[in-house]
Amino acid sequence: MSSVADLCTRLEKLVGGDRVRAAESSLRDFAIGGRTPMAVLQPRSAEEVAEIVDFASAEKLAVVACGSRSKLELGMPPQRYDIALDMTDLRQIAHYDPGDLTVSADAGMPLNNLEKALAAKNQFLPLAVPVSAASTVGGAIASGIDSTLRQQYGTARDFLIGAEFVDGTGKQCKSGGRVVKNVTGYDLHKLLIGSLGTLGVITRLNFRTFPLPELRCSHLAGFPTLETALNFHASLLKPGLPFSNLELFDPEFGALLEAFLNKAGGSAAESLVAGEWHVFASFEGSAGVIERIQSELRKRSDQARTSRGETLDAQSSEQMSGALREAFDWLRSTAPSVALLRIVLAQVGPGDIMELQQIAKKSSQRSAFILRACNVAYLALLADNEDAQTNAALERVVSELFSRVQAKKGSATLLHAPLWLKDRINAWGAKRGDFPMVQRVKQAFDPHNIFAPGRFVGGV
Amino acid sequence: MDPALIRELKSLLGPANVLSHKEDLLLYEFDGSVEKARPEVVVFPHTTDAVSRIVKLAAKYQVPVVGRGAGTGLSGGALARGGGVMIVFARMNRILEVDVENRRAVVQPGVVNLDITRAVEHAGLYFAPDPSSQKSCTIGGNVAENSGGPHTLAYGLTTNHIAALELVLPDGEIVRVGSRHGDAPGYDLCGLFVGSEGTLALVTEITVKLSRKAEAVKTLLAIFDAVGDASRTVVEMTAGGITPAACEMLDGWTLRAVEDYIHAGFPRDSEAVLLIEVEGLREAAESQAAAIAEICKVNRAREVRTARDDRERDLLWKGRRNAFGALGRLAPSNYVLDGVIPRSKLPEALEQIHAIGKKYGFQIGNIFHAGDGNLHPIVLYDPRDTEQFERAIAAALEIIRMCVSLGGALTGEHGVGMEKNELMPLLFSDADFDLMRRIHDAFNPDSSLNPGKIFPLSKGCGEIRVRKTGQAAWVRP
Repeated sequence: MSSVADLCTRLEKLVGGDRVRAAESSLRDFAIGGRTPMAVLQPRSAEEVAEIVDFASAEKLAVVACGSRSKLELGMPPQRYDIALDMTDLRQIAHYDPGDLTVSADAGMPLNNLEKALAAKNQFLPLAVPVSAASTVGGAIASGIDSTLRQQYGTARDFLIGAEFVDGTGKQCKSGGRVVKNVTGYDLHKLLIGSLGTLGVITRLNFRTFPLPELRCSHLAGFPTLETALNFHASLLKPGLPFSNLELFDPEFGALLEAFLNKAGGSAAESLVAGEWHVFASFEGSAGVIERIQSELRKRSDQARTSRGETLDAQSSEQMSGALREAFDWLRSTAPSVALLRIVLAQVGPGDIMELQQIAKKSSQRSAFILRACNVAYLALLADNEDAQTNAALERVVSELFSRVQAKKGSATLLHAPLWLKDRINAWGAKRGDFPMVQRVKQAFDPHNIFAPGRFVGGV
Repeated sequence: MDPALIRELKSLLGPANVLSHKEDLLLYEFDGSVEKARPEVVVFPHTTDAVSRIVKLAAKYQVPVVGRGAGTGLSGGALARGGGVMIVFARMNRILEVDVENRRAVVQPGVVNLDITRAVEHAGLYFAPDPSSQKSCTIGGNVAENSGGPHTLAYGLTTNHIAALELVLPDGEIVRVGSRHGDAPGYDLCGLFVGSEGTLALVTEITVKLSRKAEAVKTLLAIFDAVGDASRTVVEMTAGGITPAACEMLDGWTLRAVEDYIHAGFPRDSEAVLLIEVEGLREAAESQAAAIAEICKVNRAREVRTARDDRERDLLWKGRRNAFGALGRLAPSNYVLDGVIPRSKLPEALEQIHAIGKKYGFQIGNIFHAGDGNLHPIVLYDPRDTEQFERAIAAALEIIRMCVSLGGALTGEHGVGMEKNELMPLLFSDADFDLMRRIHDAFNPDSSLNPGKIFPLSKGCGEIRVRKTGQAAWVRP
């Protein structure tokens, strides 16, 4: 391994002195789980990315591609971390064909900027991911983090139509294309979604875009018990009413949400009822569609014995949707020590949710629960101190949740946890039966194991 | 082929599940494409375990293996290019489980696409991917090819409706990928295997996602006196942010052939019709239908009809779905192409297809998924006339090149197979092939599964050759 100074000199030769940062403060900005790289490189183009990866591959240097760094903690910290690639200079829209509803954006482009460009043509990308103020397009895809528009628009695999990336041999590759229907070649771009940079450095992404709906609206209903809330939730889901988001949360989550909303200002928090379960439903469409869904909501609200149900005004609706979109981000800082689990439930009955809550209670600390679209739940365990006893309880509970969820044929991952906990419990849970296949894919993309080694499932 | 392998296959599966006489194999040398390749033995397993054992036997005798459903594919994906063993999944055709609550069904690969919908429609559910051959094509083939259909426009290809797969790898290992309930941690392996055209693994069980039937459906038939007006209608509809559930176009020549056969109600004196369907809540379907009718009228539609009931709707769709059959009456054979273009280029593409037809002396019909730019030009020819056949192939090649030059792709739903593998370098670089080949080799290192598909065999980018019976592996320079 080269010495740091020597490495930086060689990297400077490769991309120019102004593109290499090695000051301690810069390195700290790119730390993952306490590990810092030896250098931060900021490539100007996909070609430069390829040159850097080619160099890293020859030197067996570990590379982590970074966007806004808002979700770098996902997965496990990399086992090796030599070069951080700051991708934020690849920030252009490469192609935008509004008439075709397709767009190609560079990986480092802020999602916000892309949203603005699309909105100017009355279109949008249904990638409502957290840390929206900072997230890059590439980070939103590589992190695989949940979008709150999933209920209606699906996940990125439903609208990512192609990608360009640099593989582990330093070659620029592509998959898919810029047309909305295409089965030419293997769908490699799907593998990049949620891969945390372990397969390649994404340089450009092609999406199908969607027309902005005429109107957006939302409804919030409070319930005294989990059962009544869940019945209402099911009564909305079953008939297939087109909700863009449908979430159910417990009183503790409601309290944290209220605090977040109050801090941000605005009146949305007033719609929450302390101590109650809530169901939040958002929907969109023409005036006729909105009216129809509102009437369906009223009808079902009455049947479900809500203690309070109301259509939110436009401002509150936007605030509430925004706060739920950001839940991953603000939940992380709601207590001195937070373990945030993402759980995919095989069944969503009151018993299943109660069981999770009962396990969570064993930590003798607070917990907050939200059921998101498509059986995905977030459970945050909130510890008010970090003494040995609390930590031990937290570890026991997380471990029990992992095994219980697995026993019930679901799956769990740790989205956020103190470092000491990740050292003891793998963020991805136990290896699944398909792990050898995961390894084969990794080996094919990254034969020298230079991309974020160890960050992914099973230490990949 | 070593007679010992056939003996072992018969002892494993019973003689009734093994075909090895030349006359029996003839049927299996064709699919729906213009390609041809004959297997040396055809087997019909009933279980995943049997599939695994067959694959192990084939490996022992160094014989390639290809999977096949109903043989309706249009790119030669289910043809035995390297000879060897063809595994026909027709007898693995059970629906194993229907979970109405979670909208999932677990099925064997030989289940006919439409039979999934038939099994769940009582609960208001259906399986969304609807290839025109849905009455006969199997779900295993749909998964292998990532099949589309008219309603792909709103609901996506097969890949968007698959939750999990059970697979048999070329060494006989049985593995599961994906997750029945939701996204499992790990790479999207399901997304990789769907559409891999049987070159990575054999699919032995599929967990499909079921969709809920829309509350309201409106089916419109817009009639035009000029093809250009119809294609501009599609462009304006897309640009205006209207995404129907389906938007199909038939040009005048094709619709006349269809009308003579099906009597679907397409006016014989028109030059193009658009068959447009909108679905959703009653309110949404009505307002969308009204907006579409308006755009049609602005673009000089002679008439916009709305199907009054299910009978009228079914008749219109019958005309669309049986169009290729109707064209079969006009010539001994037809070559259905499959190319994709950006939707905004539709008018230009149709003009170019017309010009290419003229150049090669063919009347080329167009019946296709206009809404997502997925073209299906049809070249009628006589396969006994070698010169004509070669001209048909040359015309097809030029059309596909045109699609690529307009920013499109080689195939929207039929797959690459052995029809377009030589054209792959039009879209992919050496680096792209290197990576795709590493993925291929990670699962199918000896190329014993479905050799000669997807990757170009010719000199140049990604040279690989077809492995035939007896060869140890791909021969590489």
